[in-house]
Amino acid sequence: MIKHFLNLEWKQYFRSSYWQKNMAINIFMVFFALYFIGVFLFIGAFLFKIVGKLVPDQDPFKVVNYYLFYWIIGDLLMRFFLQKLPVMSVKPLLTLPIKRSTVVNFVLGKSALSFFNFLPLFAIIPFSISLFLNGYETSTVLTWLITMIITVLIINFLNFIIEAFSAESELSMLPILTVVGVLFSLNYFEILPMTTLVGSAYLAVSNNPILILVPILILAACYTYNYKLLRSKLFLDSSLKSKVTEVNAADLSWTERFGDVAPFMKLDLKLIWRNKRTKSMAFLLLIGVLYGLFFYPQPMYREMTFMYAFIGIFSTGFFLINFGQFIPAWDSGYYKLLMSQNIKYEQYLRSKFILMVISVVLLFVLGIPYVYFGYKILIAHFAAAIYNIGVNTHVILWGGSFNRKKIELDKKAAFNYQGTGAVQWLIGIPLMLVPMAMFGLVNWLVGFAAAVALLIVLGLVGIIFHKKLMKAITQKYLDSKYKMINAFSQDN
Amino acid sequence: MIYTKDLSKTYNGTTVLNIEELTIPKGQSFGLVGNNGAGKTTYFSLLLDLIKPTTGNITSNEVVVDQSEDWKPFTSSFIDESFLIGYLTPEEYFYFIGELRGQNKADVDSLTAQFEDFFNGEIIGKKKYLRDLSKGNQKKAGIVAALIGNPEVIILDEPFANLDPTTQIRLKQIIKDLAEKQGVTVLVSSHDLMHVTDVCERIVVLEKGNVVKDLETNPATLKELEAHFGSNAVVSQEEE
Repeated sequence: MIKHFLNLEWKQYFRSSYWQKNMAINIFMVFFALYFIGVFLFIGAFLFKIVGKLVPDQDPFKVVNYYLFYWIIGDLLMRFFLQKLPVMSVKPLLTLPIKRSTVVNFVLGKSALSFFNFLPLFAIIPFSISLFLNGYETSTVLTWLITMIITVLIINFLNFIIEAFSAESELSMLPILTVVGVLFSLNYFEILPMTTLVGSAYLAVSNNPILILVPILILAACYTYNYKLLRSKLFLDSSLKSKVTEVNAADLSWTERFGDVAPFMKLDLKLIWRNKRTKSMAFLLLIGVLYGLFFYPQPMYREMTFMYAFIGIFSTGFFLINFGQFIPAWDSGYYKLLMSQNIKYEQYLRSKFILMVISVVLLFVLGIPYVYFGYKILIAHFAAAIYNIGVNTHVILWGGSFNRKKIELDKKAAFNYQGTGAVQWLIGIPLMLVPMAMFGLVNWLVGFAAAVALLIVLGLVGIIFHKKLMKAITQKYLDSKYKMINAFSQDN
Repeated sequence: MIYTKDLSKTYNGTTVLNIEELTIPKGQSFGLVGNNGAGKTTYFSLLLDLIKPTTGNITSNEVVVDQSEDWKPFTSSFIDESFLIGYLTPEEYFYFIGELRGQNKADVDSLTAQFEDFFNGEIIGKKKYLRDLSKGNQKKAGIVAALIGNPEVIILDEPFANLDPTTQIRLKQIIKDLAEKQGVTVLVSSHDLMHVTDVCERIVVLEKGNVVKDLETNPATLKELEAHFGSNAVVSQEEE
């Protein structure tokens, strides 16, 4: 039976059009993975020496164990955003003579083979070898190694339990933030010294191999719980009958003042508010506002005037970039309808344009408090906002005409590469690097005032030629109409 | 009304549609039948300018559809679920289509009110998103949306599939009324020979992209169609 499953998996992976069409992303992901493997190998190989140098008077092995708590928390957090329970299309299997338990065990077993479980090994094994070479007892090192592997698996299954809860709650981030937050604050406010507890626990297990039963039992408990969760979901009615959400209707009549684009604006706002992927994107607005806080509190960045333009473009254009780069793929699910309906392409695009302009103005206004860090920052942000409105909106709309990737709206956003192609990576250059470079150069050669003026003038030119630019962009979309319809009706 | 000349569509050397000449007069209820892969959906997609013809073109009301967009105001269609916007409620969807076709809310409401029977109380006022409706109910919403804004040409691909028997019968009446009383040109495709013969004044049979039969519907048409498709089955059995 497992043989059949593996065969199906193999075919599913290599025959998916996603794999075949996205070589660039695959290559990128491979490099990403290699990079992390390298980093972990380095850590694993030199950790013993580094810790020995940093805290010379303590046993490095103990020190490392005391920091394991942070690794567990970090790993859990990272997995939540990056790792998904492997999906298997179970519907066709349910009517076949296969035991449900086999299917569940296979899915869970497959999750144990995830890259996220192998990555820590690249650090753990070299570190164990270095322990061994430094004269630690073989039994201690081996027990520790095995305990660590079990820990990795525990984290693996714990993550799926957390994800199961977050799938059911409206605020999907809440469960993970609760777990991590509670653990972290318990430790931080010294209510429960988690670091010491965890550290001593690992040391205790390493010194008494029999205690390894405890982590094994925890792992078994996590696995069983996952098994029960999955098993209960493995019925046709639960997978066929998706959760019906109550409609949340808001009064959008204020859009009427935009005249003939109003229907599209209403549609766009509903699009953003009612779909998982776009909804999580709307929360990115908040990050956009707070983005400057990463930099400005540090005097080092405040002296680098050219950074003002970059942060300004980024924070006022955060929504613009995230929303704009997937125009028109947001509407890919019903693109055929739009193309056969009585609409003018230009109205459709202008609605997106207005939405982006509103977001830039809003983000700029919300960012006014940055004046606290210096009036120059506010001026630079203002110039960046004008540049965003005049230039970047048009650039991103133009770039959208190269979009050929469908987006399914009800998938999560973080690290969801669906709909991402080379265009999305390339478009970042003119959007952010070009204005930053121009600003930096003029600022250096002439002065701050001239650099600000340059961005504003460029932005104003874009605004003045808005009608003309939109016409050209619309033509670009019309030219690629058939290609887009065809691409959007392909399944990924 | 709709004039097709030398139309063909070729994918990678395989011709999936090849129509020399086909004229559909105004107010005709026109049925397209054929087995899978006969080219029905391809023809409708060409009619809506969703794919580009390899040769030839279709003229609808003197507008060449792949050269001008002026056919859009008087043409409406429902091809498949990708014509629905999943995150809208049916009402919002109707209003959206209405707005695109210059109808205000009251116009749309009065139109959808006529279809209360058809909806069977499962569409309006349910506070559900279209993506959460069953296949059949999605189809009902899509078909009615295609009637908004007094279109002169209505294109429905497989409108009877997925509908329950009661709704099928109601839909047949709706389509008949459109053509007979309102002079709307209705194009319908179907696998169900009985339904098309009931509804359509004229039936064209497509086979591997070619028009093989063009019939005025009369009491003997159903028999003739059954004989045609039945003989295919016999032939293919013999070949095996």
